[in-house]
Amino acid sequence: MKSWMPFEWIAAIRFLREGRMQSLLIIVGVGVGVAVIVFMSALLSGLQANLVKRTLSSQAHIVLLPPEEIARPQSSAAGVALRLQKQAQRLRSIDQWQQIQARLEALPEIAAISPIASGPAFVVRGDANKAITLLGIDPVRYSGVIALPERMVAGQLRVGAGEAVIGIELAKDLGADIGDKIRVTTAGDATETFTVTGLFDLGNKGVNARNVYVSLRSAQSLLDLVGGVSSIDISLHDIDEAERLASKIAAETGLTADSWIKTNAQFVTALTSQRVSSNVIRFFIGLSVAFGIASVLVVSVIQRAREIGILRAMGASQGQMLRIFLLQGGIVGFFGSLLGSGLAWTFLMLWRLMARNPDGTPMFIIGVDPWLVAIAAGGASLVGILSALLPARRAARLDPVVAIRG
Amino acid sequence: MADPVTTTPVLQLKNIRKSYGSGETESEILHGIDLRLERGEFAALIGPSGSGKSTLLNLIGLLDRPSGGQLFIDGQETGQLDDTGLTRLRGQRIGFVFQHHHLIPAFTALENVAMPLLVARGRPDADMFAQAGRLLDQVGLAERKQNLANQLSGGQQQRVAIARALAMSPSLVLADEPTGNLDTHSADDVFALLREVNTRLNTTFLIVTHDQRLAARCDRIIEMVDGNIVADRRHQAATN
Repeated sequence: MKSWMPFEWIAAIRFLREGRMQSLLIIVGVGVGVAVIVFMSALLSGLQANLVKRTLSSQAHIVLLPPEEIARPQSSAAGVALRLQKQAQRLRSIDQWQQIQARLEALPEIAAISPIASGPAFVVRGDANKAITLLGIDPVRYSGVIALPERMVAGQLRVGAGEAVIGIELAKDLGADIGDKIRVTTAGDATETFTVTGLFDLGNKGVNARNVYVSLRSAQSLLDLVGGVSSIDISLHDIDEAERLASKIAAETGLTADSWIKTNAQFVTALTSQRVSSNVIRFFIGLSVAFGIASVLVVSVIQRAREIGILRAMGASQGQMLRIFLLQGGIVGFFGSLLGSGLAWTFLMLWRLMARNPDGTPMFIIGVDPWLVAIAAGGASLVGILSALLPARRAARLDPVVAIRG
Repeated sequence: MADPVTTTPVLQLKNIRKSYGSGETESEILHGIDLRLERGEFAALIGPSGSGKSTLLNLIGLLDRPSGGQLFIDGQETGQLDDTGLTRLRGQRIGFVFQHHHLIPAFTALENVAMPLLVARGRPDADMFAQAGRLLDQVGLAERKQNLANQLSGGQQQRVAIARALAMSPSLVLADEPTGNLDTHSADDVFALLREVNTRLNTTFLIVTHDQRLAARCDRIIEMVDGNIVADRRHQAATN
């Protein structure tokens, strides 16, 4: 008997140890439940993080655009019928973009800012002729928003004067390789010839076939945006803040601010509903674990009615009896959660071995977050105590006279 | 023995009634019991089955509340106490020895004897085990201290139960058929032990028994029939 342990703990542990088989079975039961919850949570968060990462590999978290142009009738003389036609948007620069950039840099939530001059163009090489999006970037700034340097498959990310970086799809379409020349023509009939210095693969076929990166200065002159930028790409430390921050920036600057959450609304909805359905499953697993613990303890209270009666006759209070059974629930929950976390860890290791890409690399990285284990342990202990509430009250209210005679 | 009139009695019952049910189905089991037990008395409570012995014992043991009348333990009126108060008084002043010895099987003999102290103090300490060990020595089970309760024979278990009843040095020990489940030899041993404790520690005993032979060896015999005390005889017990 450990001298530091209160009476309630001693009795709870002895009772559990004495009903060895029952205790073991329910701990395994709790363990399986916890294992499923932990495994599912780890798998889901790994999967979602991976999906989001892939989706955002070629997208900024927030894109700032000039405000939309709206046509306003100059006069509205009475009796004149006016039909308003939605105005075509021309390529325009963001007003005062240097000041806006400086102000945004002061915001702590923002990780990187990259001004971009982009617009439609054609690229010509020999007989091949492709429509592209011309993007004028500052490579250092742009790398902070989109991990282009990591995505280079050939050459390097270098966009000096007369240099361009293109996607692998476009290179294939044009039959171009590092060192080859391509000619870019815009709708305004401006033309410039670039040398291909690098090929990238951003994991998205459309982007790989369309994006052509050149220096900010080249794009500005080709697109007739001298000194201006058409958008500002922003990356954040916390992607979940995108929507809130986008509204804030829009309100402060008067620009249109599109967050990735808005641009990928369907994707985000899919992620959310996945999360909701897994929460529902988790809830019902938790519920069945709770009923399991409660039913074992109810039986235990009936089996131990006589011992409860004796303890009461010896001066044990109702509170002490209540705590003995609550503790049993808590202990079962706690040890069940340890077992469950161990099981979940094993499952995840197996998963890592089995779920691999054809090239042998893991399909995606999932790990057991120590916090998840701590939460599972705390949660299972709490569920244990809560589910012991009913049996424990029953034990506490047991009439000692009846219990002893029983 | 002390003068019964001038000292505070260990137990005093005044017109104790107990009934079960209510309205038309109400039935009274005890019809106004008056009883007084002085310090150091060794009394037997006898009577046929259904005469109300066990009901009375439960009331005296503060396991149940009377429907009417007053019950004093060591001069303290118990009617005003709430459940916590009753539990505390029971733990400190009253020891129980049951027919089916009722040890807690998950604990050793020593731990069973220390249990009332553990319940009262909340945490184990060396002192309570030393005391429990001394009590086990006194009931002749020095060798069995570390045995689990269910590894002991019936007679041994009942000795452990007696040691346990004495752990809090109670003023009153209530024994419900303490020898009812034992063979004659063990029964004599256990009875002799109760008697020895009574003379050595001056602890008051109230023993419910069917066994006329054992009752005859007590100092006082209280006889109940149909919820009333019909006879109350004091005599010098044969064994003394």
